[in-house]
Amino acid sequence: MTLVEERESNPAAGDAARPIGFGRLQRKEDPRFVRGKGHYLDDIVLPGMLHGAILRSPVAHARIRSIDTTEALAHPKVLAVITGKDLEGLGLAWAPTLSADVQAVLATDKVRFQGQEVAFVVAEDRYAARDALELIDVDYDLLPVVIDARKALDPDAAVVRDEIEGRTDNHIFDWEAGDAAATEAVFANAEVVVSEEVVYPRVHPAPMETCGAVADYDAVDGKLTLYETTQAPHAHRTLFAIVAGIPEHKIRVISPDIGGGFGNKVGIYPGYILAVVGSIVTGRPVKWVEDRSENLMSTSFARDYIMRGEVAATKDGRILAVRTTVLADHGAFNATAQPTKYPAGFFHMFTGSYDLQAAHCKVTGVYTNKAPGGVAYACSFRVTEAVYLVERMVDILADKLEMDPIQLRIKNLIRPEQFPYANKTGWEYDSGDYEPTMRLAMEIAGYDELRREQAEKRARGELMGIGVAFFTETVGAGPRKHMDIVGLGMNDGAEVRVHPTGKAVVRLSVQSQGQGHETTFAQIVAEEIGIPPEDIEVIHGDTDNTPFGLGTYGSRSTPVSGGAVALASRKVRDKARLIAAAMLETRPEDLEWEKGRWFVKGDPEQGKTMAEIAFATHGTLTLPEGVDGNLDAEVTYDPPNLTFPYGAYICVVDIDPGTGHVKVRRFIAVDDCGTRINPMIIEGQVHGGLTDGVGMALMEIISFDDQGNCLGGSFMDYLIPTAMEVPDWETGFTVTPSPHHPIGAKGIGESATVGSPPAVVNAVVDALQPFGVTHMDMPCTPARVWAAMQGRATPPI
Amino acid sequence: MQISAPFDYARAESVDDAIALLERHGPEARVLAGGHSLLPMMKLRLARPEWLIDINDLAELDFITEAPDMVRIGAMTRHTTLLESPVMARLFPIVADAERVIADPVVRNRGTIGGSLCQADPAEDLSTVCDVLRAKAVIRGAAGKRVIEISELRRGPYETSVAQNELLTEIRLPVRARSGSAYEKVERRVGDWAVAAAGASVVLAADGRIEDVAIGLTAVGLEGTAHRAEDSLRGQVPSEELFTAAGRLAAEDCNPVEDQRGPVDYKRHLADELTRRVLRRACALAAQRG
Amino acid sequence: MQITMTVNGKEMTREAEPRVLLVHHIREGLGLTGTHWGCDTSNCGTCVVLMDGQPVKACTVLAAMAAGHDIRTVEGLANGATLDPVQQGFMEEHGLQCGFCTPGMMLTARALLDKNPDPDETEIREAISGQICRCTGYATIVRSIRWAAEHPATEEVSV
Ligand SMILES: Cc1cc2nc3c(=O)[nH]c(=O)nc-3n(C[C@H](O)[C@H](O)[C@H](O)COP(=O)(O)OP(=O)(O)OC[C@H]3O[C@@H](n4cnc5c(N)ncnc54)[C@H](O)[C@@H]3O)c2cc1C
Ligand code: FES
Ligand code: FES
Repeated sequence: MTLVEERESNPAAGDAARPIGFGRLQRKEDPRFVRGKGHYLDDIVLPGMLHGAILRSPVAHARIRSIDTTEALAHPKVLAVITGKDLEGLGLAWAPTLSADVQAVLATDKVRFQGQEVAFVVAEDRYAARDALELIDVDYDLLPVVIDARKALDPDAAVVRDEIEGRTDNHIFDWEAGDAAATEAVFANAEVVVSEEVVYPRVHPAPMETCGAVADYDAVDGKLTLYETTQAPHAHRTLFAIVAGIPEHKIRVISPDIGGGFGNKVGIYPGYILAVVGSIVTGRPVKWVEDRSENLMSTSFARDYIMRGEVAATKDGRILAVRTTVLADHGAFNATAQPTKYPAGFFHMFTGSYDLQAAHCKVTGVYTNKAPGGVAYACSFRVTEAVYLVERMVDILADKLEMDPIQLRIKNLIRPEQFPYANKTGWEYDSGDYEPTMRLAMEIAGYDELRREQAEKRARGELMGIGVAFFTETVGAGPRKHMDIVGLGMNDGAEVRVHPTGKAVVRLSVQSQGQGHETTFAQIVAEEIGIPPEDIEVIHGDTDNTPFGLGTYGSRSTPVSGGAVALASRKVRDKARLIAAAMLETRPEDLEWEKGRWFVKGDPEQGKTMAEIAFATHGTLTLPEGVDGNLDAEVTYDPPNLTFPYGAYICVVDIDPGTGHVKVRRFIAVDDCGTRINPMIIEGQVHGGLTDGVGMALMEIISFDDQGNCLGGSFMDYLIPTAMEVPDWETGFTVTPSPHHPIGAKGIGESATVGSPPAVVNAVVDALQPFGVTHMDMPCTPARVWAAMQGRATPPI
Repeated sequence: MQISAPFDYARAESVDDAIALLERHGPEARVLAGGHSLLPMMKLRLARPEWLIDINDLAELDFITEAPDMVRIGAMTRHTTLLESPVMARLFPIVADAERVIADPVVRNRGTIGGSLCQADPAEDLSTVCDVLRAKAVIRGAAGKRVIEISELRRGPYETSVAQNELLTEIRLPVRARSGSAYEKVERRVGDWAVAAAGASVVLAADGRIEDVAIGLTAVGLEGTAHRAEDSLRGQVPSEELFTAAGRLAAEDCNPVEDQRGPVDYKRHLADELTRRVLRRACALAAQRG
Repeated sequence: MQITMTVNGKEMTREAEPRVLLVHHIREGLGLTGTHWGCDTSNCGTCVVLMDGQPVKACTVLAAMAAGHDIRTVEGLANGATLDPVQQGFMEEHGLQCGFCTPGMMLTARALLDKNPDPDETEIREAISGQICRCTGYATIVRSIRWAAEHPATEEVSV
């Protein structure tokens, strides 16, 4: 059974398939995509455009003795070859990261990871640019590497960042949340304690479109037009102003259609900066688009957390406290993208969905000879790692107590009357009613029947596993008093304008990478002011034409920009009321709203539609005192709190005992994201995230050999699920609106990516119970599952 | 997208023309069949031929013909054609078993049996299939044609006995009564190359004993077929104990290396496990065809 | 070299180096950017086009190899204003999000339906298994193709 919300009919729209506000609605962006008329970065061709290509380091750690570019420069189609030395002259060899560190744009002193940027070629066409890379001669002096994060802090470990004055080790930060002493007190007296090392390996968001940029610098008026695959055009504009020293009003960032982001397109990569430098140097537009191998080897990875988790509980299954120490591998530069105050992102959500007495975490960040990044891949700022840890640990506890994992969870879930719930690490969960969500998942799954089937199969030696996860996310960053990225408060602007004929345009700061913003945001405006979505144009992805805001990631578009759009629409509606009152020669207080129309209380015949009001506003009507002649509004929304979507997931797997091959047979996902704007889009977001989860749990990993060679540098080895590895998803939902959000919506973009990996791994471990397996690390490849069955752990490769 | 180094290109109009072009353009000229092994290697610049001789127009090499004692397959027969061939399904079920798990449906529309065998990738599936079916290969050169045993075709990883100026034109599969065959592969994900795979072909005698058997393994460093395992089966009545013993011998005789697909012990275990599975199925099919 | 091929029913001739990949030829030579690319190793299938009616990975075919052949890209799916049922199915059933894999998926779907007008879920999943979608989780793609199978007669859609 698959629960899909039916199309809501909306008689006001006169068309059942086209609700005026919320409800299932075909996407407005689809007609261009299905005709191949999407306009992605590599589709951009500017007159005189040149092509750039990056020479990358073949080794993980080496001093650069010399770079010889003579032959490359002699290539007839090459216009420029840029090295770190050239950039040093311009003060651009190093760029600030999103985490108060710096990152080499092109290596000057040494290379620090395999795939690091070493030189940039600009040529007439992309084939020639590639050819010229082979003509550059770099002489490397190999250095010892730091690959295993566990050894990064050893006294004899090579120092990755020895260019930083006074630096003698690879330590980046220590960060704590919660109360260590109170937690220790609970642990000291606990009846039951379980402990496990849980590794969330390095993975990669790998959107189908790689990253790229087209830079077009006009030397005459000093204006830079920069087309970029970016999830955050405005933040990038500001950062480019800071990095490149180009005044901000002279920078226009355009983010065209984006072929998937998942966090991969948040950061500013050296390639973007190099395209700009290339354009300045040659005076012509320069396009740079990375290969897949460049994408996998050098751009923002995700996770790479080694977590020691501990849970204290009573014998009858009351969870009292959770604590963890984490070793976080940040690679060669600390370039994670997260609010400044939180070097481990929102990892302190590791208390999960449970009512605890105490909790504590300590996260230590280290440098290694690997690519930088860290917060990416639909992770809600590391809630992914947090949820994986706690949901794995709760299963380990269930195993120890010989309790059903669902019963154990239900016993400890935060109860509805406890909301808003202050957890032990500083969050205030806005709303929730967890148990019905869990029970709905059980019902869709037929949980008891599944357990019976499992018992029968076990008796026959067949391996079937049932895995459960209950997760709570924190999304929609965020309140400016707590949250900024490189000093920019995490608020979003939005602007709504109603044209004289009653059609509207809404301008957003956020940018879609496939989430359907052109539809969802039109629906929010439609819901608020009653103009049908097809009459609303959504404009985004162009800093010259949209208000400022921080961008799309961390599931923040609906919680933050959605709030801004709703409030701006309400301003329009309020203004429309004043004008309608003037038109009807009555007082605003005497008017009542129904979707799309103000009418006189008690006399519904007497009213004015938005279109009539819009025309009058721009017409000759004498406007009320203090009201100007437009129906426009702009709002910058500062959310009072984050929103806390949640869900209950159940996964069923079958394992081939002879080969260790895992097949995901069923997956049940019940999500609560508060108010549901477009159920079809919500379901799509969930499906995509579930697939990510299956991918991470079973096959995705960026691993390295002991020399630091990246072993996941192509789609031959970085495996992403195909249609054959995933089941037909079974989804359901509950609705618990956010009390503080203007429309009660919580955000759904990352829920499934966060919630599904533990469900799958819990299912695999459950299937392996007859072998005494209580934990295994991702990815559960056939080889590693088989090793677990032999009572061994294999290193994740 | 990565891009290959420059080269020149010519289209052959016939087998003779192809051979002439290979001769004319010298040692750095390569045959281009489906291109699904060669072009990826060229894009990564691991291969740099100076000339590509495209043989895709050679319809004369795209055929499957059935004779009473032999099926002949043209070198340019695509994976998809083999997968969908009723002749193959009837006589050599191992072919569909393998084709179903070779790459993905889109790649299978282009890749050819000739290209697969000439690429001689250690993880390539059709070599094992042809090995256990005791195929013969027909090779044409300027001096004429020669027919060799499949065991003489592969010289090692990425190396065959087809000379630079020769063309593999045809594969011949002997048809045998009371035979059955099967292939099974473990892959990390659909479309991936084998972690390990096994193929078996069995001919039963009238009394139900195993008259002839061939066992091949893919991606685990076994050159040729698993002789000791085969010897242990010949003349015996098929049984689970027999398969277990044969699996063990096959596993002992292979020589896998550790890589991202798995460690040595796991691959050896798969050689054992998959050998047993394919023997079971091949014997059952042979018995059915009685 | 001069390369002539039929693209979406029109004969097109362009000059290109022998090493030019079909995907680059289509995108850059012919300016049809609906065909995408997403990997270096022939794994992703975002570049799929139909060559003589069969799905092929255009990153693993030389433009020179396609000379004289019939190529169909996403731009050739609709008949003027009339969308192919597959295109409509993808809109009806939310078979796309970012749209990057979509042209390849739709072309494979078209080839599948031409061969097998009533494919079941497993057949559909197998047919698209050489193509990766990072957004949708595939279930809606399967539904989209089923939708097209159930609505073979194209309805007039003006876009
Ligand atoms: C993503 C992907 C996954 C794959 N997965 C698998 C898999 O799981 N299992 C598997 O077995 N294969 C796999 N392959 C390989 C695929 O089957 C290839 O198509 C096949 O190996 C080569 O066939 P081809 O016709 O494309 O050969 P080409 O690439 O054209 O040629 C390969 C080599 O053989 C030579 N050659 C070709 N034909 C002849 C001939 N008639 N005479 C002399 N020399 C010749 C060429 O010169 C070249 O050196 C995969 C390929 C890809 C792209
Ligand atoms: S671009 Fe990935 S398969 Fe062609
Ligand atoms: S819709 Fe984005 S990759 Fe498929």
